[in-house]
Amino acid sequence: MSGVTFWPPEASAAAARVDVIVIALLLISTAIVLLVGGLILGFSIRYRRGSNAQRGQLPEFIQKEVEVGWTAGTLFLALFLFGWASITVLTAEKPQADALEIHIEARQWMWKARHPDGAREINTLHLPAGEPVRLLMQSQDVIHSFFVPAFREKQDVLPGRITQLSFTPTEEGEFSLFCAEYCGTLHSRMGGKVVVMKPEDYARWRAAQPQEDDQSKEGEALFRTVGCSGCHAPASPVHAPSLAGLYGRLVNLADGRTVRADEAYLRDSILQPRRDIAAGYAPIMPTFAGILREDELQKILAYLMSLRREGGS
Amino acid sequence: MSDLAAQRVRPAEAPAEPWQDNYLTSEQGILSWFTTTDHKRIALLYMASLLAFFIIGGFAAVMIRLELFTPAQDLMTADEYNRMFTLHGTVMVWFFLVPSIPNTLGNFLLPLMIGARDVAFPRLNLSSWYLFNGAGLLLLFSLLLGGVDTGWTFYTPFSTMFSNGYVLLAALAVVLVGFSSIMTGVNFIATVHLLRAPGMHWFRMPLLVWALYATSIVIVLATPVLTASLLLIVAERGFGLPVFDPAHGGDPLLFQHLFWFYSHPAVYIMILPSFGVISEIVTCFARRRIFGYTFMIYAILCIAVIGFLVWGHHMFVSGQSLFASLIFSFLSFVIAVPSAIKVFNWSFTLYRGQITFEAPMLYALGFIGLFTLGGLTGLFLASVPIDIHVTDTYFVVAHFHFIMVGGAVTALYGGLSFWWPKITGRLYPEGWARFAAVLMFFGFVFTFFPMFIMGYAGMPRRYGAYPPEFQIWHVMASSGAVLLAAAYLLPMGYLTLSLFRGARATDDPWAATGLEWRTRSPPPRHNFEPMPVVDEGPYLYHPEAEGPHHTDREPHERQGRGA
Repeated sequence: MSGVTFWPPEASAAAARVDVIVIALLLISTAIVLLVGGLILGFSIRYRRGSNAQRGQLPEFIQKEVEVGWTAGTLFLALFLFGWASITVLTAEKPQADALEIHIEARQWMWKARHPDGAREINTLHLPAGEPVRLLMQSQDVIHSFFVPAFREKQDVLPGRITQLSFTPTEEGEFSLFCAEYCGTLHSRMGGKVVVMKPEDYARWRAAQPQEDDQSKEGEALFRTVGCSGCHAPASPVHAPSLAGLYGRLVNLADGRTVRADEAYLRDSILQPRRDIAAGYAPIMPTFAGILREDELQKILAYLMSLRREGGS
Repeated sequence: MSDLAAQRVRPAEAPAEPWQDNYLTSEQGILSWFTTTDHKRIALLYMASLLAFFIIGGFAAVMIRLELFTPAQDLMTADEYNRMFTLHGTVMVWFFLVPSIPNTLGNFLLPLMIGARDVAFPRLNLSSWYLFNGAGLLLLFSLLLGGVDTGWTFYTPFSTMFSNGYVLLAALAVVLVGFSSIMTGVNFIATVHLLRAPGMHWFRMPLLVWALYATSIVIVLATPVLTASLLLIVAERGFGLPVFDPAHGGDPLLFQHLFWFYSHPAVYIMILPSFGVISEIVTCFARRRIFGYTFMIYAILCIAVIGFLVWGHHMFVSGQSLFASLIFSFLSFVIAVPSAIKVFNWSFTLYRGQITFEAPMLYALGFIGLFTLGGLTGLFLASVPIDIHVTDTYFVVAHFHFIMVGGAVTALYGGLSFWWPKITGRLYPEGWARFAAVLMFFGFVFTFFPMFIMGYAGMPRRYGAYPPEFQIWHVMASSGAVLLAAAYLLPMGYLTLSLFRGARATDDPWAATGLEWRTRSPPPRHNFEPMPVVDEGPYLYHPEAEGPHHTDREPHERQGRGA
């Protein structure tokens, strides 16, 4: 037995905000337990068979007013708690544009992380303290869940779809990482640690990792080799939309809807190109489902997202 | 108290005639049991089956708690542990908790409480028992072959593409047991609508009848969705139809939506009947009318309806939209209100009572305490930011065990003690029963309360090995489980013994109201001789004017058979 944990460390910006609600709820719950316990215990003693307490006609106010009173009381309490919790999550849930983007790949039974310049690690995640982080996560097989108790953050990681988790680590140190969604035989070993370092230490750590081509550079190469550039390059004779600066922009669709070109949209457009046709273009793009492997798709997505900076500015 | 006790116990050497002709003696031989259409005998058949499954599921729980005594995975392999908690969940949810009160106490009491000779479809009742056992044997067969490792939740795509257990067999067993519960549900609904005694209009029905009625409606509406979603699993795993596989355009989250659309209402299937049982017990031993009878009914109905609209609170971190999460969070807070009303009403039923503390009352008071704790921790889980942190941890495990075990199972034991004299014609030993009730409360708290703490500290569920900093909480939980197991086994011993040694019970040993006490103990084959007529509301334990106000409604016109 190595020490006792009563309360998990608070190591993210969200952790303190969650803990405040939890403590408030603990106080309210304690009050309610004392109230109900007090009522039951008090009545049990006072009105035990044969005691001298007064029985007979009930006072008038006890009849309906009490009932309506505690119905309204609990309803207001419930609405107040709902409002507080919702405001907390609504104001916290704002992914920042300049956040550090890290790709997480989950598989039975490990976590793989890939940092912006290609540094990779397994079952460990190095992060700079005080900087907003955005995890772009995907599973290769079943559903997993990325859970760091010290951050009070958890997000399921799905196959075939990217889920995101945005947070800001605030404390330096090592924190446990768990898989929280049951994923098979070694579910309980699918964990690791998150190492939060000073930003300059993090930069030094990243530079010390074996360098690889940036993910978006690999994506650019794939963009040419699998044939995307045949239509989407600016000089192409085919009438296809240019993808420069597309990421994050609003796109008008042929059926009159407008969608934001986020990762999900880009991904769907590659795998199911006929689903959302951009206005003014013919539905001529073939699907790449079954042609691109998941990691290749991620690289192309990374490339398309990197075009934002070049095209946008 | 002593004069009352003297009334209750009729000495064993008294004339033996009244209890010799009853439903237990009306027919003889093993075959008469397996072909019976008597709802009382079917209730006993169900009790035997459920006892077997409770022991199997309990054995799995013991194995789990033993493994978790130490942080390392040392007692079982990882796969064996996964199969063990899947067995525990599957057996306990579908083969014990869902049918627990409805099919045993409900089957026995529903016709008695509304003054009927039997349920509306006696043969359907018996076939549901056969189907239940068939499904159970199928499940046991899949366990003997090697078991299932998906967890009771069968999440896709794990269950359809990655699990190497006997998923199809287990899923079919659950589909079949679902039909068995639908049969019971339909039967109860028809019985309540058609077979109430003259004068037993809707707002004179005991709350247990209301609770069973609401439960039956939930069963009939929700269970088909479970059947459909499990059949989709069979289609994908068995026949390769891509429904949930994202590589072929399927959506793994679709299964979670379908599954929880059943499985959240299923929680209310498990807890609503215990609300009814507790209402009967508290009124009887407080000698009071239930406080807020109509509010209690509307609370039951509210819970049954809103229970269908909160399934998404199991999926806050699944990747569903934040907007959807907030709506489900709102509805989950709303459903806390009727539950709170019930707790306050039970507490106020004690007000100005003449309270005695026989074992059923101790169980009932324990229930109120455990249910209050379970309900309050539900508020934590309904809050999106807190749920993000504690979902899929031991916090959730503790929460639903407080409701479904601390609540429903305590109520089952309480109800069993309360109606034991009616069912068997014998009195159980009061001292042992009180001891078991107190032990059950404390054993339960010792087992499950530490799980709240380690859950908030970050201990994920379904882990056979865990970081050593959580060990102290696991050791406490495992030690508490020893007490809890003793408390669950003790009544099995003294109740069985009371069948042979217990004093003969009078017709109404608790001086309780309710039609089931207006007939003999044990009741005759056709329940009443002559059939009862009802001219007053339930729980008249004291003069009308001294109790909480009941607006006596216009008699509801009886449906079905002419009066």
